[in-house]
Amino acid sequence: MYLYDDLDRTLVAERVADFRDQVARRLSGELTEDEFKPLRLMNGVYLQLHAYMLRVSIPYGTLSAQQLRMLAHVARRHDRGYGHFTTRQNIQFHWIKLEKLPEAMAELAAVGMHGMQTSGNNVRNVTTDQWAGVAPDEIEDPRVWAEVIRQHVTLHPEFSFLPRKFKIAVGAAAHDRAALRIHDLALRLHRNGVGETGFEVLVGGGLGRTPFLAKTIKPFLAKRDVLSYVEAVLRTYNQFARRDNIWKARIKILVHDLGAEAFAKEVDAEWRTIKDGALALDPTIVDEIAGRFRYPQYERLDDGPLALAAARRADHRFDAWVNNSVANHKVAGYAIVTLSLKPEGGTPGDATAEQMDAIADLAERYSFGEIRVGHEQNLVLPHVAQHDLPALWRALDEIGVATPNVGLVSDIIACPGLDYCSLANTRSIPVAEELTRRFRNLDLARDLGRLHINISGCINACGHHHVGHIGILGVEKNGEEFYQITLGGKADDDAKLGTLIGPAVPYAQVADVIEDVAAAYVELRAHPGELFIDTLKRTGIEPFRERVYATR
Amino acid sequence: MTSPLEQKIKITGPVMVTANRVGDGAVVYRRADGWTTALVEADITSSAAAARELVNAALADDLNAVGPYIAPVKLNGGGSVEPGNLRESIRRNGPTIRLPEPFALENRFARKKNQDAHVSL
Repeated sequence: MYLYDDLDRTLVAERVADFRDQVARRLSGELTEDEFKPLRLMNGVYLQLHAYMLRVSIPYGTLSAQQLRMLAHVARRHDRGYGHFTTRQNIQFHWIKLEKLPEAMAELAAVGMHGMQTSGNNVRNVTTDQWAGVAPDEIEDPRVWAEVIRQHVTLHPEFSFLPRKFKIAVGAAAHDRAALRIHDLALRLHRNGVGETGFEVLVGGGLGRTPFLAKTIKPFLAKRDVLSYVEAVLRTYNQFARRDNIWKARIKILVHDLGAEAFAKEVDAEWRTIKDGALALDPTIVDEIAGRFRYPQYERLDDGPLALAAARRADHRFDAWVNNSVANHKVAGYAIVTLSLKPEGGTPGDATAEQMDAIADLAERYSFGEIRVGHEQNLVLPHVAQHDLPALWRALDEIGVATPNVGLVSDIIACPGLDYCSLANTRSIPVAEELTRRFRNLDLARDLGRLHINISGCINACGHHHVGHIGILGVEKNGEEFYQITLGGKADDDAKLGTLIGPAVPYAQVADVIEDVAAAYVELRAHPGELFIDTLKRTGIEPFRERVYATR
Repeated sequence: MTSPLEQKIKITGPVMVTANRVGDGAVVYRRADGWTTALVEADITSSAAAARELVNAALADDLNAVGPYIAPVKLNGGGSVEPGNLRESIRRNGPTIRLPEPFALENRFARKKNQDAHVSL
């Protein structure tokens, strides 16, 4: 966990006081909606179809048990008893009342939480690997660098009115679990040829109506230069990006139009003027920030305790869950546990207040009080002793977050869609729910193997459909819901955008189509171990297209 | 961007004016004397001029409602009024999905808690 200091606490408290005053003035009529809207957006307050929505920032997806309990409290007291974890590692409440928002924000501030920079044209929540700090394949904890950036860009006046929103991700592991290449700016920590650690800098990724994968503009950036270089990228974007057309204002359009090389030259020119100034990082400051991350006092334990092996033999459900939801930890005797928020027939990413409270308790008992939010809309307990896994599993199973479907076909990423969102054209959640019912048989799901389905209810692509192995995009045609299907997208270190397989299909046929795609894969795969994405790479989409449209 | 006040209004059937209430974001419908949460009480028109009047009056009431716009309705026999499209149907009736049921879970959870003293919850 990162420990906030007095500056953080003061800043959040002052923002609550400001917002309380702004809400009072809006309710009294002193502020018009036109005047108030930019103020509420600066605090993560949207107006959706049938209520206001509050998005709360969870920096780099790290939560304390105390914070999760407060989120449960806000859900219960000010909303309808649940919250929705998002692909930006945040949480949002869909039913909150404007009148209640100042109180909710004051309560969140008590545990260092807020909605700042969760909306608006600024630098949004810096995301990272949900296994940061515990992944065996990691060079170092990327959250330290995410925190360095967070401190610099929070309320940065120059970057508070960018042409559009700006999303940054930081990764430091061999395997990309942070979807780096779909970000406006991504920093990938790696070692160069002589063993020094530094960042590969990628820019211009993003989805929406014009999807692009980020391009590398600097293969190796020294750590001391990370802030000055980020600043130079933001300044270049701020200066050159289009402000006349909202659909062309993201950095991906600028990088595409200029070309990555030309964009990099502009950044370099800017960077040279600032790189040795105040933004050159003093290692003692980085050490100080790193020092405010508190790591657990792990016990000295061995991997593979006998009690765990016995429990696995004794209960096949527990064994299936360990196989699916438990990952190796960098410390011997410990494990990383993913909590599936994708139950059969449920809304991807939703958790009730009762579940949040229970997970907070379990985190305190079994995970040193720490919880992570992953961009796949699941939660993680990052520090679980392997000998505690049987007891933890029983408790997680009891609250419905132990479905062993992590990374499988029913672990669906979906935006809220037309059931909540005022931008959506079609629904996403009922499509996801129906798919989880169709693929409820976990033996079948395991046989299908790793298979990511992503669903977006409109072209804004909040469900990241372009990078789903199977992507589903809702489009409206003459007042009816239709869905385009793409295949072959990936958000990992070998990221790719999916390819459209043919005409959109109506709502009622989507689940049938996905079943057809899955059946085609089973027939086409070279052997049972060949993953869907690898079969697709080998065969191309044509046999899948034929299967889907042969009878339609 | 063209102001809503200046937008051309094309109407092909019966419409109403809807918005969200300022205090809580609830869906409201315009009627002659203000706003109502009941669609059946909304003013319905098939005339562009009347629709413009309704939306102009709604826009003038910034204190009570946010983002008014014209939306279609379906008139059924017997005077009942239904939303004219899926979006308006969801705004009126809420999400088409079953929302989480905290109390059911809480009860199930409480039962188990008593049974399993090993896990401290």
